[in-house]
This record gives sequence, C-alpha cells and structure tokens, in this order.
Amino acid sequence: MTNATPLLSVRDLHVSFKTNDGIVKAVDGVSFDVANGQTMGIVGESGSGKSVMVSAIMRLNFGTDVIVSGQILLNGIDLLALPESEMRQVRGRDIAMIFQDPLSALNPFYTVGYQIAEAYLVHHPKTPKAQVEAIVLNALDKVGIPDARKRIKSYPHEFSGGMRQRIVIAMALINKPKLLIADEPTTALDVTVQAQILELIDSLREENNSAVMLITHDLGVVAETIQQVMVMYAGRTAEYAAVQDLFDTPSHPYTQGLLRAVRSFDQSTRGSLVSISGTPPSLINLPEACAFRPRCSHEKGPLSACATQRPELRTIGASQSACHLSADEVSRVQREAFSK
Amino acid sequence: MLIFIARRLLFALALLFAVSAFTYVIFAALPSDPAALTCGKNCRPEVIAMNRVRLGYDKPIVVQYGQYLKGIVKGRTYGASEGVHCPAPSLGYSFRKHQCVTDLITRSLPVTASVALGAFVLWMLIGIGLGTMAALKRGRWPDRLATGFSVVGISLPTFFVGLLAIMVFVIWTGLLPFPRYEGITSNPAKWFMSLILPWFTLAIVSASSYVRLTRNGILEVMNEEFVRLGLAKGLRRRTLIVKYVMRAALLPIVTIAGLDFAALLGGAVITESVFNLPGMGKLSIMAVNDSDLPILVATTLVAAVFIVIANAFVDILYGFLDPRVRSY
Repeated sequence: MTNATPLLSVRDLHVSFKTNDGIVKAVDGVSFDVANGQTMGIVGESGSGKSVMVSAIMRLNFGTDVIVSGQILLNGIDLLALPESEMRQVRGRDIAMIFQDPLSALNPFYTVGYQIAEAYLVHHPKTPKAQVEAIVLNALDKVGIPDARKRIKSYPHEFSGGMRQRIVIAMALINKPKLLIADEPTTALDVTVQAQILELIDSLREENNSAVMLITHDLGVVAETIQQVMVMYAGRTAEYAAVQDLFDTPSHPYTQGLLRAVRSFDQSTRGSLVSISGTPPSLINLPEACAFRPRCSHEKGPLSACATQRPELRTIGASQSACHLSADEVSRVQREAFSK
Repeated sequence: MLIFIARRLLFALALLFAVSAFTYVIFAALPSDPAALTCGKNCRPEVIAMNRVRLGYDKPIVVQYGQYLKGIVKGRTYGASEGVHCPAPSLGYSFRKHQCVTDLITRSLPVTASVALGAFVLWMLIGIGLGTMAALKRGRWPDRLATGFSVVGISLPTFFVGLLAIMVFVIWTGLLPFPRYEGITSNPAKWFMSLILPWFTLAIVSASSYVRLTRNGILEVMNEEFVRLGLAKGLRRRTLIVKYVMRAALLPIVTIAGLDFAALLGGAVITESVFNLPGMGKLSIMAVNDSDLPILVATTLVAAVFIVIANAFVDILYGFLDPRVRSY
C-alpha cells in the first residue's frame, strides 16, 4: 500500500473488554498502515470497533478490564510497550485527537484559552506566558475563530457547535502532531458546518504535513479528502482499499451495501435507497463464521465456508477484502451494480 | 456576576419574610392558648384574660405578627407598666423560663455551632477522603472498605452510635471524661474534650452518605469525554484527577454540604440530647415538652434563617465555581 516506512503501523490489534456476560472482542485482529501526510478513513457502523480502536492507539482506555494486544508502531516504536510516563509524552504531542462531540469534550470549568494553553504547556513546560498566549491566539486564528483575543476568555458553553469543534481542532494541532485522529468530527455538527470542518482539518493537515485518521460512519464524508479507506465490521477489517477503488469496485458485500445506501441517495440514477437489513452482531462469543453472513445479500450462494470459517483478508481485484466469494463472482456483482 | 449575586440575595430576603410569616401563623394556629401558658396550671381565668390583653394575644394575627417583627427590629416590652423589656433583636419572651428568648438562643447557639462546625469539618474530610479513595481504587479493597463503612454508617442511628461511643470511650476504657459542655472562652481544652465524641458521632453518621456521593460522582465524571480529552492532551493522571475530575465531581456535593451544615445549625437534636449539650436542639426539645411557644417560634425561625442563608450562599458559590451558572 505504501512504499516508504509508514508513520503508524498497526499489527494484529486486539481489544477486548471483560463484561459480566463474557469477553467482548471489540477489535479483533486489525492491521493497517498510515503514511506521513496521508489521510486514512475508517468506516463502519456504530459498534464496529472504530472508536475503541483509536482509543487503543492512544491508550485512552485506562480501566483495568480492557485487554489490548498486538503492535501499534509509531515510527517503529511500539506504543503498547511504552511505560505510561513515556506514553504520556506521545499523547497530545505525537498523536492528537479530535472528539465527536466538542461540547462534552471541552472542560466546562475552564476558559478555552486556558485549555488550549494547557495542551501546549504539558509538552512545553516553562514557556513564558506571553509566548504561550501568542501561540494560542495564532492557533485560534488558524482555525478561523474571529476576535480570538477576546474569545480566549470565554467558556466552551459560550460558543456554537462549529466554533467549539474549531477550538478542539486548534487544541489538537497546537503541538503540530504527526498523527491526528479525528473520531467522527462532524457527527455532532450541523450539516452546513460539516464540510467546513472537514476542509479545515484537511488544510491544516497539509500545512503541518501531519497524517490524519478520519473515523466516520458516513461514506459521503470520506470521498473528498481520503486516500486509503478501511471498512470495519464487527471488530474486523471487511475491506481495505484506495478510496477510488473502493468507490468504483467495492469487493466486500458489506461495502457494496454501504455504497448502495449512499449512491442511490445522492445521484440522480433511478435506484432507490437500499439499506442493509439486520443489525450488527453481538461481539460476545462470535461464532467461527463470517460475521456478516446473516446480513449478506449473497447468503443464498453456494458458499458453505461462510458458515464455518471466518474469511481472512485477501486481495480481490484492487482491494483487500475479507470475503469467501471468488474474485470472478465479485467482479460480476461489481459490473452489474457499480459500472458507470 | 454582581447582578446574579444581588438577585440571589434579594430573593433570599423575600424568602425570609415568607418563612417568618408562615412560621408565626402556624404556631398561632395551634390549639394551645398562648395566654393560658403564661401562668401556672391553676390559673384563674381573669388572669389569663388580663395577660391576653397585656401581651396583645387578643389582637388579630396580622397585628401580632407586625408587633413580633417590630420586636425583632426595635426590641419590645412584654406586659404593661411593670413588664419585662427585651432589647432588639427580640424574638419573644418565655414565661416558663422568665427570660427573653433571644438570650436563650444566644446561649444555645454557640454550643450548637461548636458541635456543627467540628462535625462538619470531620465529616467532609472523612466523606470526601474515603469517597475519593474508593473511586480511585474501584473494586479493590479500599473501595470495599469505604463502601462497607458507608453502609454501616447509614444504617446506624445517631443515638446508637452516640451511646456506643460513650460506652466504649467513657465507661469501658475511660479514655475521655463524660462530656460536660464547657464554653470555648472559659476553658478551650475542656471544650475540645467535651466535643470529641459528639463530633465523631455526627461525622460518622453524616459522612456515610458523602462517601457514596463522592465515589459515584468521581466515577461518573471519569467517564466524561472531557476527561478523556485531558488524557489525550498528555496531562498527568494526578493533574487530571485533581483539576478535571474532582472539580466537577465535588460541585454538587458543595450544594448538599451547605444545606446539611445549615440544618445542623438549627440544632442537632439527637446528638445534643445524647451528649447532654445545651444547644439549639436541646432548647427546642425542652420547649416542645413545655409547650413554650415563643421559644419554638424562635428556634424554628432561626433554623429557617440558616437554611435560607446557606441556600443563597451555596447558589452564589456555585456561580463562582461553575461558569455555566453565571450566565443566566
């Protein structure tokens, strides 16, 4: 996928939670790379393990009942092996995060200026006050907060949703992180603001030459700014491809379903909105079978393997797909439904 | 912020008026005749009738209430020519005790305040301390210990804990003398010794619910998104717990603590009875037994005043602590 050494390389990541009902395998063996300056998209419906996975990358699940295994290599250093004191240096400096709901992500008791300054000061202690203020003002300017000098004394609740998200972005980028994780950054915002925020993230990525991991459940969101996409289902990778390939020749029935749900909606072709029936499976005690099988439109097909074997990720056409379907069958479906 | 404070204080003042009027009316509506209570059991009806006129109990209730308020502001002479004068603020005259009610209260209040203040400090320390410990070590033995303490503390009635304490520390081991209240000005050491047991008794009983409040509050805030963002910024765990978690978690506790403390100032009835402390609670109990209406009105009123003041104070404090409250 990428030829240079990747910035972030996740290998066989597993994240499980111990609950009273059993062990929930929220992320179950996921691997991917993110290159410098690249934007990677992670798509999947609620409960597919996206957010848990990015929390694991920053080691934010600090409860005792979480089990994380695998490797998370940032420039070759395994974050999972770092002691907490060193991991703390990585958080906010090398990897920063933008949260879904900026209102609940900002501390209601401190002014935004204070909170942004705090993010800078953690990693640059003893910086003179005036200099920190200049940096904070500059950061707010960059994300397009008007009248920043006055606004740094305001509290989060005194801003609109879009402005709050800009503040969270300013905070995340204040230390020029190499990797920016955006966990559904537009979900809690008005539709009119969503595009602005995505554009802002992308322009700042370019300016800082950071890599971005954009988590979303909205395929429409990813199309513009993303190079690689990973589609997740039930804690696993369903499909992993370059964004153009994913849109043109989706290999996994789940991806195809997702695309049909979007396409018929925003294009003027005659098809109606096609939803994927059913709901994602419970992640406790998943059987040795394809997790998507109960919802798969190919289920009537002759593949007994679907019921007895979990499909591994393999190359089908231009993408990697975790599906038992043969390449021929996949391309037949692609021709029928997705050729232009 | 100033407008917020001014508005809150005005509201408190109005509330005080309402409370005083309400209290006065309730006690006036009681079936016992205040005039009959001014002299002994075998009182002649003429004396009662005379006292009724002399003390103004024959006038309409509104007038009586007006006189009562006037007494608070200017002082009042009870009875006609050879009557007793109680200087302002006069809360009435007790014919049972032949004393101005205000004097009785100024003598009882320091006792109750001593009990309340010490107990309050102790129970906040114990409650918040144990609660924080339980939350930070959730599921492990410190948590079990603290929650266990809180269950036991909530289940035990005050008088039981108090009597148990007397039994263990005074009668069995003799570590402490039997509590006999001594004013702080006359003998600070004795004052302190006499209050240790009441303080701990009240503190243990009240701290129990604060252990739970604190523990649950902290656990709840720990799951907040802004705490995760703080962690994602690279903040130290300790910084995060003090600056982010505790600040948010202790906020609601401030409210409850303020009101609990105020309620205590009105008299810790049971504790004062168990330890024989001549405080507001004891005064109220005696007044109830004697049907001493002027005292009852006054103690009720004083307790209400504390609650109203504490309420206003907590609200204003909240405005300082939580920027979201300020803006409306």
